[in-house]
This record gives sequence, C-alpha cells and structure tokens, in this order.
Amino acid sequence: MRYEAVIGLEVHAQLLTQSKIFCACSTRFGAAANTQTCPVCTGMPGVLPVLNEMAVEYAVRMGMATACTIRQRSRFARKNYFYPDLPKGYQISQFEEPLCTQGHLTIETQAGERTVRIERIHLEEDAGKTLHDQDPDSSLVDLNRTGTPLIEIVSEPDLRDPLEAHAYLAKLKQILVYLEICDGNMEEGSLRCDANVSLRPVGESRLGTKTEIKNLNSFKGVEAALRHEIERQAALLDGGERVVQETRLWDAQRGETRVMRSKEEAHDYRYFPEPDLLPLVLDAAWLERVRAALPELPDAKRERFQVQYSLGRYDAHVLTGTQALADYYESAVAAGGEPKRIANWVQTELQGLLNARGIGIEASPISAASLSELVRLIEADRISGKMAKEVFAEMQRSGEAPGSIVERRGMQQISDRTALLPVVQQILAANPGAVEKYRDGKTKLLGFFVGQAMKATRGRANPQELEQLLRESLDSS
Amino acid sequence: MDPATLTLSAMAQQLHAGSLQPTTLVDACLARVAARDERLHCMTQVFADEARVRARALEADTPGGPLWGIPWVAKDILATRLGRTTCGSRMLEHFRSPYDATVVQRLEEAGAILLGKSNMDEFGMGSSTENSAFGDSRNPWDPERVPGGSSGGSAAAVAADYCGFALGTDTGGSIRQPAAFCGVVGLKPTYGRVSRYGQVAFASSLDQIGPITKCVEDAALVLQAVAGHDPRDSTSLREAVPQWGTELESVPAAPAAVRVGVPRNFVQHGVEAAVRADFAHVLDTLRAAGASIVDVEIPHARYAIAAYYIIATAEASSNLARYDGVRYTRREDASDLGELYARTRTLGFGREVKRRILLGTFVLSSGYYDAYYLRAQKVRTLLRGDFDAAFAKCDILAMPTSPTPPFRLGERTQDPLQMYLSDVFTVPANLAGLPAASIPTAVVDGLPLGVQIYAPALEESRLLHAAAWLQGLLGFERLTHRGRA
Repeated sequence: MRYEAVIGLEVHAQLLTQSKIFCACSTRFGAAANTQTCPVCTGMPGVLPVLNEMAVEYAVRMGMATACTIRQRSRFARKNYFYPDLPKGYQISQFEEPLCTQGHLTIETQAGERTVRIERIHLEEDAGKTLHDQDPDSSLVDLNRTGTPLIEIVSEPDLRDPLEAHAYLAKLKQILVYLEICDGNMEEGSLRCDANVSLRPVGESRLGTKTEIKNLNSFKGVEAALRHEIERQAALLDGGERVVQETRLWDAQRGETRVMRSKEEAHDYRYFPEPDLLPLVLDAAWLERVRAALPELPDAKRERFQVQYSLGRYDAHVLTGTQALADYYESAVAAGGEPKRIANWVQTELQGLLNARGIGIEASPISAASLSELVRLIEADRISGKMAKEVFAEMQRSGEAPGSIVERRGMQQISDRTALLPVVQQILAANPGAVEKYRDGKTKLLGFFVGQAMKATRGRANPQELEQLLRESLDSS
Repeated sequence: MDPATLTLSAMAQQLHAGSLQPTTLVDACLARVAARDERLHCMTQVFADEARVRARALEADTPGGPLWGIPWVAKDILATRLGRTTCGSRMLEHFRSPYDATVVQRLEEAGAILLGKSNMDEFGMGSSTENSAFGDSRNPWDPERVPGGSSGGSAAAVAADYCGFALGTDTGGSIRQPAAFCGVVGLKPTYGRVSRYGQVAFASSLDQIGPITKCVEDAALVLQAVAGHDPRDSTSLREAVPQWGTELESVPAAPAAVRVGVPRNFVQHGVEAAVRADFAHVLDTLRAAGASIVDVEIPHARYAIAAYYIIATAEASSNLARYDGVRYTRREDASDLGELYARTRTLGFGREVKRRILLGTFVLSSGYYDAYYLRAQKVRTLLRGDFDAAFAKCDILAMPTSPTPPFRLGERTQDPLQMYLSDVFTVPANLAGLPAASIPTAVVDGLPLGVQIYAPALEESRLLHAAAWLQGLLGFERLTHRGRA
C-alpha cells in the first residue's frame, strides 16, 4: 500500500543570552565542569528563580518572526521528573499558557512553497549533562548547562516527508540565526530536534499511531532517522501489524531507531503552575519596541533582493541564506558594480573559496569592497573575465586590492586596436598554412588564432576586440 | 534579674543605655539553653562560640538599631552558612548551606546575634514537632505536652527565654499554633511581605517567614527588620515597609470603634470547651473596651483544610524532589539509579513527609489534576472573596488559634487526620495570603491559650495595633512571665 507520512517536529533552541534563565551564571560553552553554577541553578534547598528578561525578549522575537500570537500573559509551569542532571527534580517550563501560539512559516519544497503551522513556542530551562564515559565506576554530572535558556518550537503535524522536515528545520535555523538569538549549531546541541511520525494510507484523513523519535542531532540525522522510521512503520503496516505508540531513540551509528520507552512507561510530568514565579505579563509598548527592532527576515529580504537587484528567485534565495552573506552582497553592490554580476561572483568564485577553506562569509579573505572593485575592473573592460579569475586567486592569497594587483603585474587588458593590430599581423604571418585553410572555409580556426594571440599577449587581449580584429584581417585580404 | 527573661524591647533598651552588654546577654541566654534544653530539646544546634565572638565584636562598636546585640534563634528550615540546615530531616542531617537566607542576612546586618537553630517538624510538616528526625521538642509550660508545630522549637525557645526572638515559618499555621501553645506571640505576614529566599520550600505559594516573640511590640520590630522586597524572590512584594516598631509606641489606649468580625458558624465546631470559654472571654473583654463584635460569614472556610492539604502536598511533592541522593543529601548504596532514588528517599524521609509526597504526587497525576489541584485553587479564589466581603463589614477578624490547648506527646501521632484538623483556624490565612497573628490570652489549668487576629492583605499595621491593644486589655505580658518563671 502507499502511505503518507505525517511528521511534526519539536525543536529546542538554546538562546544566546549572556546569563542563565533564572540566575546570573554565565552560559558560556566549554568551561570546566560545574564551574558555571550557583546555589540557584544547582537547586540548593531554599533558592528561588528570577526570570532573565533578555530570554523573554529573544523568545518573543522568534514568536514574532514566525507570525505567532504573543500572549501578553503567560505562565511558567513545573515539569516534574527525576534525573541526575535535573537538580530540582523538575524543569521550569511553560505548559498551559505558553508565550507564543499559532504561528507559521513557509518552506521551499520541490512542489513549491508550503506553509508549516507552528503550534507554540515556549520558554524553559535546559538540564545539565550526565557523562557516562568519564569514570569507569560511576556516571558524572556537569551542571554548567543547567538553566541555559531554551525555547521549544512545536510544529503542527504538517510535514509530509523527510525532505520537508529538513527544509523546515533549516528554515527555523535560518530565522534563529537571523534574529541573533541562537547559533543554530546542531552538533554542539544548541539546536535539538525530536520528531513525531505516523503513517496513513494515501487519501486517509485520520491520523495513524505515532512514534516519537529522539536524539536527532544533525540535519542528516533528522532526514535519515525519519526515512528509516517511515520504512519501519510501512513494513509493519504492510505485514498487517500495528505501530505501537512509543518513544524511540535514533542510533546514528547503526542507522536505526530503537525503543526507548513504551506508552506505559511514559512519564507523567505532573505539570502545575510554577508558584515561585509570577505570571509573565508583557507590556504592549514593550512588545511594540521588540517588534520594531526586528531585523529584516529571510523571506522579506529575498523578495526585496529580487526586486531591488533584479535577481532571480534562486539567486536571491542563496544570497539571503544568512544575514552575513546578504550584508556582504549588499555592501559589495553598494560599492559599485552590476548586481547580477556581483551575485554570480559571490555565488561561484567566493562561495567556492569559502567552501574550500571551510570558513563562513564573516571570515572571507576578500572584502566586499575588493570584490566590487574586481567586478568594476571587468565592467570597465580593464581586465577580462578570465584575467579576473587570476586576479581573484591572487587576492585570496595576498589580500591585495584587485586594482593594485592588475597594476603591479601589468595585467591591464589590451583593448586598443592599434596595440592589438601588430600582434594579429604577426600571428597571421607566422601561420600561413592556417590562414589559407581558414580562407578556404575552415572558419573554426578562428579559435586557434585567438588562442595564439592570447598567448602572445599573456591573456591581456580584450577577447571581443581581438576576435573582431582577427576576422577583419582574415576576411579582408 | 536574668536579662534572658526580658522582652526584646527591654533588652534593646538596656543594651542602648549601656546597662547591659551583648556578651552578658548572650551568656545569659546560653545559660538558659544549657539549663533547659536537655529536657525541652528546642534546638538542633547551638552556636555558642560563634555567638560569643559576635557579641564581643558588636561590643567593640556603638549600638545600632533595635535588634543590635539581640540573640535570636532561626528555625532550622532557614538557610545559614553557619552550621547545618537540617529541616528536621535525616535527609539533610549533614547539609551545610553555601548561602544565607535573605532574612538571616538582614538580621545579621541589623546586628542580631544568631544563637542557634531550632527543632521543627520535618520540612515543616506537622503541628507538634513530633515529626522531627532528631527527636520531639517539649512545651516549656508542661514538658509532657507538645510545643505545637511545625515551628515548635522556635516558639518553645522564646517561651523558655533562650533568646530575644525567633523566626519561624508558617505554611498552614506553623508560626501561630506553636506560639499559642507556648504562650508567646507569633505573626504570619501577608504572603510576599518577607522574602522566602533561603527558606527551604515546603509549599511555595503558602510559605511565609515571620517572628515569634514575647510581646507584640517585639514582633513589630523583628518584622520591620526582615520585611521588604527582595530581588531574589520574584513573589516578594514591592510595597514599602511601614515603621511598625515606631508606630506601636503611640497605640491609643482605646482606639475608636474597632469592629471585630467573628465567623461564628466556622468557630462553633470541634472547639474544646476551654478554648471556647477563653474565646468568649476575649470577645467580652473587647466589647467592654468599646469594640463592636460583628458576625461575619466565611462560607468556604469549611473547605479550607481539604484545599490546603491538596495544594500544600502538591507543591511539596515537587519541592522535595530535589532530595534524591545525587548531590547534597545523604545517599544510600544502590546498584542502579532507580534503587538509588528509592532507597535514599525511603530511608531519608520520615513517615509524614512520605505520606504528603504520596498525596501530592497523586493529586497532580494526569487525570486527577482537575478534580483536585484545580478545584482546590478555585476554593482559594472563593475564600479570598469571602474575606474581602467580611472585611467590608469589620476591621479585623478574631478566632481561636487552635481548637485545643496544647496536647500530650503521642496523643495524635497515630491519627494524622486529627492532627491536620488542628490547623483549621490557621490555614485560611495562608490560602488567602492574609496577615494573621496569635497572641496569648490566658493560662488555663497551667497551659497557655491563644487568640488569633486576621487583617486584610498588607494591613500588618492594623494587625499589630489591634494585637497590641488586645495585649494591653488582657495583660498577658505579666501572665506569660509568671508562666515562664
């Protein structure tokens, strides 16, 4: 039978605040174990939480960026469960009255644009880390991460295949990074994803039994785990068996999911309103200030790029991939040069260079101003496209400005006919056989003459001028 | 005269006049502890050396405010860097807090001298101090009887003249009921008036720290020192703190036309004859002094005990989850994580604590939440409405603090429900977040009795004025002193 997958994602994003959500401890990653802790985040008897306002602002930014309703009154709740890296025995989260509800975002799929609904975005605190491989006899707990602010972004079950899930996750990450509220690093755990998956026969509207897949800690993992889980469920259903509602763990090494806990073993979190915190009430004027300070978001930026720079949708999409790339592009265009030509240089040569070095645009050895200068040299016919690639190579090695490279290496393009003519004449004179064949009709030999002339000018001849001149010389006598 | 037997106000007067030195006072208090605590067992720890060192340091300086040089006792549920913070529990027997509670810090800054920490029902759960892992405390009036609870150690320590004052905590009456049982003054402030930062949580939405003192004036001075907003407690109120201590210096001898509300239907049932008679006497005294006695209804008070034991146990089941054997608590040997939790919590908690954790876990369980927790919260809202309506007709409410005089040790330990009912007159104040105080009224058959006054939220001034007035009418100060002698 053919099935349709129904997928919803729960994404946790660590917020880039300086301090933790309920105490003043630093959130810096990578410090020695248990050094970034205090009585509050280690859950000492008698301590109380105090909410970090910046965490609220960051969460509200994400809510606004995904068209959510921002509740002016929301509540924190305790989610109760025992685990060694959860020092209070409960996590402060939001349950019945989350901060943001009913949002959506658009993703690009093979079938075009699709809207994915967001059920809710709420604030909560992160747990610590239990380390099972540091000591032969016991497990160790590091509470540095405890209390790092998180937002949990819960989608509606609107995704239909692993590629869509990937696109949705990528879009979330893009927005989070644009908003400068999360670094989006799945490998380091600052972005984490759980998935709910069920299958139903194509055409059926009722939902099938779902499983929850945990431990999806890379973009590839999300896709692979979903693909595997969909196959597993399809095989069960084809074999006349039923899918069991349970939580499964993705094992990236083995490429399979396995049971973590059954429905019967599921936690009863015994949520209740957090009595140590007042309801979170947001002032309308404050919300307006946050909204006004939002940066231009990827979709809006892409549309603007299409119009303002006459770019195709694809080019605009790529160039607005990150805020930094878009900024780079725009400052290059502002420095001068044809937008489309700059777009091509950014996407091919520059992106190729960055990929080869494994660095981001922020670390580009070639500044936007230099790239613009290079493009302007082409546009002024001072260098050819081919020469420009040479100059580009030199720029990335030395960091020297393109104009100065061209100057120093005498690379100016020869466009002047009077300068080119002696070269052409010399080539024709040196190759009488070829000239004869050309004149007998083998006009493809023009390329040969061009090559010879380029060689003679060390590539500096203006190709258009050169070709013109060669044709004239060959055809005239 | 033994300076330990003085009220805080009298101690302060002599300290400031220079006729009494902090070291002399500390020694006198420590002498009382040494003489009586083997029998009474009010204290879990006594910081004799540290208190003497502190007294000497203060003596080298000039006297500060009214609490300067006053020895005090902290209920062992308040986090102190000094010594241990046990909460009367085996679980925290060896726990040393890395920080001081806000109230401890404020008293330290006010120049008070922490003399030691007092025994209590484990984690504040009990009404007799019989639920301490470290043994029962005794009532100084009759050591065969309980001092009440859960701040029984604090109330008994004040009654036995160990100190100038003590702090207790009150979740459902744990300051007021032991104050009544020990013949001293106990005040639970408006919820949020005093920072809870550093009070080991029992039921977060009900807990409040408050003073236990020898007279009403003393309670005003202590409350003023510890009250006020604390940025570390989001539920602490931002309202300004009145000068309660100074206010009471000018209490009019006969305040004009005080209306005293009495919820008659509520106080009719389950009240022992001696208490009923005493309460009637108090109302007569008030009436004779010019107060008008007004009948009021608190219709939802009959659900208060049920609602209280749902909310308090629910919050406690969560608050006590951190005692899991992983970090600072005792840890039992176990072969896996589940066993570690189970053994640690089975052996570390006493019976009553386990009973309440089970109750609280149950009422929060999926499928039961609406029927119990949510409904109890609705009772709370209705009860607040009842009090608003009542205070439209009167200035203060009066009722007995406890339905019974101090009972004998062991008398109620086998019947937890009967024990819970001793909170009937005190829990409504916690559920509604109102300030309430218990003051001594009389000694009957050698045992002290108390009356309780409720005031509207944030009206501690009104509460203290009324209490001071009633104290003068009843002349209890002489009474308690004779009792303690």
